[in-house]
Parts: sequence; C-alpha cells; structure tokens
Amino acid sequence: MSNGIVVFIEHRNGVLNKTSLEAVAGAQLLGSALQQEITAVVVGSDASALAQEIAAYDVAKVINAGNAKLVDYTPDGYTDAMEHVVKQLDPHLVLLPHTYLVRDFAPKLAARFGKSLISDCIRAGVADSSITFTRRIFLGKLDADVVSDGEPPVFATFQSGAYRPDQARKGNGAAVEGITVDVGEIRMTPEAPFQEVKQAVDLSKADIIVAVGRGIKSKDNLALAEKLAEALGADLAASRPICDAEWLPIDRQIGSSGQTVAPKLYVALGISGAIQHLVGMKNSGTIVAINKDPEAPIFDIADYGIVGDLFEAVPVLTEEIKKIKGAS
Amino acid sequence: MNIIVLMKQVANKDAILRINKEATWIEEGDLSFEVSESDGYALEEALRVREKLQGEVVVCSMGPQRVKSVIKDALARGADRAIHVVGDNLGHLSPYATASALAEAIRDEKPDLVFTGLQSDDYGYGQTGVILAELLGLPHATIVIEVDASAERLRVKRELESGWYQWYTMPTPALLTIQSGISQIRYATLKGIMAAKKKEVKEVTPSAEIVDRPAHQRIARVYLPQKSKQTQLLGNGDAKAGAVELAQKLHTEARVI
Repeated sequence: MSNGIVVFIEHRNGVLNKTSLEAVAGAQLLGSALQQEITAVVVGSDASALAQEIAAYDVAKVINAGNAKLVDYTPDGYTDAMEHVVKQLDPHLVLLPHTYLVRDFAPKLAARFGKSLISDCIRAGVADSSITFTRRIFLGKLDADVVSDGEPPVFATFQSGAYRPDQARKGNGAAVEGITVDVGEIRMTPEAPFQEVKQAVDLSKADIIVAVGRGIKSKDNLALAEKLAEALGADLAASRPICDAEWLPIDRQIGSSGQTVAPKLYVALGISGAIQHLVGMKNSGTIVAINKDPEAPIFDIADYGIVGDLFEAVPVLTEEIKKIKGAS
Repeated sequence: MNIIVLMKQVANKDAILRINKEATWIEEGDLSFEVSESDGYALEEALRVREKLQGEVVVCSMGPQRVKSVIKDALARGADRAIHVVGDNLGHLSPYATASALAEAIRDEKPDLVFTGLQSDDYGYGQTGVILAELLGLPHATIVIEVDASAERLRVKRELESGWYQWYTMPTPALLTIQSGISQIRYATLKGIMAAKKKEVKEVTPSAEIVDRPAHQRIARVYLPQKSKQTQLLGNGDAKAGAVELAQKLHTEARVI
C-alpha cells in the first residue's frame, strides 16, 4: 500500500536550492492534512552534509541517495537515482520544486511510472483526503484545479513562490539514511556551469524600475519608456520577449531566466505578466501596470493600474511626474 | 541530419479567453490560433542545423484539422514535409499520453534529432518533449539556447537559472527542447509559400489504446485567478486621465516619488 510523501531536495555542489524548502513547506502542509509522513531525498555523490542540514526540518526521515556517477547533475543520472528511491519507498505523493533542474529530469522520472507530472503548481489543498492542485494556464490568464485519478504515486512540482522557504517547519532532528542507488549509463557529458559576461547591470539594487514588454511594439518606442525612467530616476528593464528581440540587452531582463528584483516602485508598461516575469518582480513595493488588456495577469499583482493605451498614458505620466518633482 | 520538429497550435496570445459552460476549459469555437511561441524557435533552429549539415526537416503537429495552418506555415518557412497526428479531442490528453501518440507517429522515421519548444503557451506543462525522449529511448536536454551540431557530435548550451548556462555533449539521436529567443525567426517568402503547396503532409491517427486509456490527471475546474492584491484602476478607460491620477497617487498615497 503506497504511503507517505517524498520531497526532492535540490542542490548544486552541496549548496541547497532554497526553492526546495518551499517544496518542504508544501509537503508539510499536505502531510498534516493527509496524515502522511514525509521523506526528504537528497541525491548526489556525497551530499551527506546537506542531508544533515535537511534533517533539522520536521520530516520523518532524510534519504541520502548516493552514487559516484551523481557527482554532476545529468537527467539520466538523477532519473535513475530517483526511480530507485521512489520504487523503494512506494510513496503516495512525490513533490519537487519547479526549478530548471527539476523540469529537466522529473518528466522522465514520471514517465518511468507511466505518468506525467502535475507541474508548476501554485498551491494544493486537501478535501475528503483527496488533493486538488492548482496551476496557472494560458501564460497566467487562467487557473486550473487539477486532480489525480490514477494509481499512486502522484508526481507534482511547486512553482517558486508557491510557499515561502521560512514556512518550512523545523523539527527535532530526523534520521538520515544513506543508501547507494543504481545508476545506469549516463549519455550526456556536462561542462562546468558559467555566467555569460559578468552582468553589467545589477537591477537588484534599483529603487525604481520601469520595465517594458511586448506592448511597446517596436524598438523605436523604447524612447517613451526611457523618458519616463529618466523623469523617475529609474532603471530601464524588460520582459523576456524584448531581450529576445535584442531591443534591450539581456542583462536588463527581469524574470526566472533573468534578474530578480524588489524595488520600491515597479512600473510595468505593456507587460502581460507571464509567470516567468512575475516571479522576478512580484515582491516589489508598489507595482504599477499599464496595459490595454484588462485580463492581463499583471493586474493581479498591481497596486495601481491603467487599462488603456500606453502610448497615450506614458507621455502624460512623464510630464506629470516632472511637474511633481519640479515642485517638491 | 534528419530533424523532426514538434509544433503545437495554441490560442492566440492576445485572444480574449472565455471559460466554457462546464468550467473545464475555454470556448474554442470562435478563437484564433497560432503556433506556441517556443515551437516556432524550435523550427528555426532545425532549419539552421539543416542549412549547415544537410538532411531533412519534418514538422509534426497534433490536433484537429485547424492545425494544418501551423503545418502550412512551417512548410512555407522551409520544412520539407509534415506529419499530422489527427484527432478532435487530443488537446485534453495528458503530457504522457500526448508523448505516447507522438512517439507512435515518429518512431519509424528514425530521426537524428527531435526538437520541441520548451513548453506550450496553453497548458504550460513543459513535459511532452522530455517524456517523448524517454519513450523513444533518446538522451535529451531542455531549455536549450544554442545548438552546436556537427556530423560527429552534438553540443548544446542549456540555460540554468539566474543568468547561468551550461554546455552538454551527447550522442545522436537526441531530443532537445528549445528556449524562445535562441535565434531570430525567419519569415516565409512568397516562393516558400508557393513551394509549400507541393510538399507532403501525411495524416496519421493515434491508436485507440493511447487515446482511450483512462487519464491519471484531469482538470476539475478552470476559473479566473484570485487576485492577491486590490488593484486601483485609474482613468476609467481614459488613459491620459489615468496617468494624471497615477502621478498624484504615487506622490501623495504611495509616496514613492
């Protein structure tokens, strides 16, 4: 009889990825509601120090799944390792943080069990001992409640920000069990991770950011946003499509693949607010959105919004701000 | 180098979405459709690899007859031929079932490379490519931002989080999921559009075993996201008046300027 919750702990060279703690927090909430024990799993060639670190959290057990072939992350290696662990534990539920690393191997893991993941969930709730997962669809425009009907295990991933890392409850010291897992042939060879030229612009220190998205329509129109940024004393930033089109350099990109910022004022011009963008800026102090689409997800997190044409609003806003600043 | 590119048709990004009566999906009747963004980049990358190494680019799309517009556009941009996995309700299959149907459709093609976008713009599961690689027994890499392919080896640059990258080398055949922005997408030329009309489009139907297998996950309800903040909407449709009001609010209420 399948029982318990497995939660996958991600790390790079033994350094914890904090999103894993959000998955632990999610697992603890579901564990309490379902009255199921939690087993945290650390995978690596020598992750015993991290396993001890995780044992401080309120989980029943930590498994340190080791194999020399797991020294570097590869999808082949991690899939084999986690398949071994999941088969051994026979859990009801397998939870993972929705990171780039998990996205790379977890669908392959689920497929070994004839399944898909319920991926990128923003929350989960329990009613009558069955779980409902909620995930965003259509680039954040709608929410969908997803339920699992089949045999366990159920595989699900939590989006960064679904829970807070500090929600993960500490415990009395869980037992750590080291096991050696079977890992087959690894077909891909990784090189060392690297950063592209040192980021020229550090937007994380900016007080005010004016960010542009697809709604700006052309590179020439950036001047409009530049003038507003100048009036505000702000840094200029962008959502991914703008940097993909090379209208602004990639070191101006906000979001999961770019920078994460939390300025006191964030002005989003023509940005619809895809999840990948929101995770990079949702902790900003005051958020302003100007967008012609009233359904744009950016309005869900905005303090002030203008539904309308940014080409009309921005020049007026720039002039008004100049007036206010000139007067004070 | 023979490459299969998987392309999905999704609701147009700017389309107003209406939830259906049962609140289980959207009304699709009057929607306009387009190709999922990252799949367009997957095609572009495949065409570039073919220009360098010769071979054939085959586009594969799944869905009702309306997905022919995605196929035609891909052929006009330069794909050599197409496989259409036809069915009216395939959009609701799980990523595992979708990957199973695609595996069935392309297995005998024995491609050297399979490209997909990294995730679709509708469900956004981000899994179909990786599951397909597992079903076909291929090594894979996801979120690929650069492809360095030669006849001897395949080296790909993967995007990690927060501005980090990593190169992976792997044998072919292999499957790659391509990140948006990997290169600039070409437009179809008039010549391409004319040539596309003569290109082969093969229709296949997925086996009943895949389509009828009970789903292990399903959408119970679709709804508008709960707002996490109370947004003050300014201007009441007048963008200029909204801008005047906004400047005042930022000064006197939020006190950020």
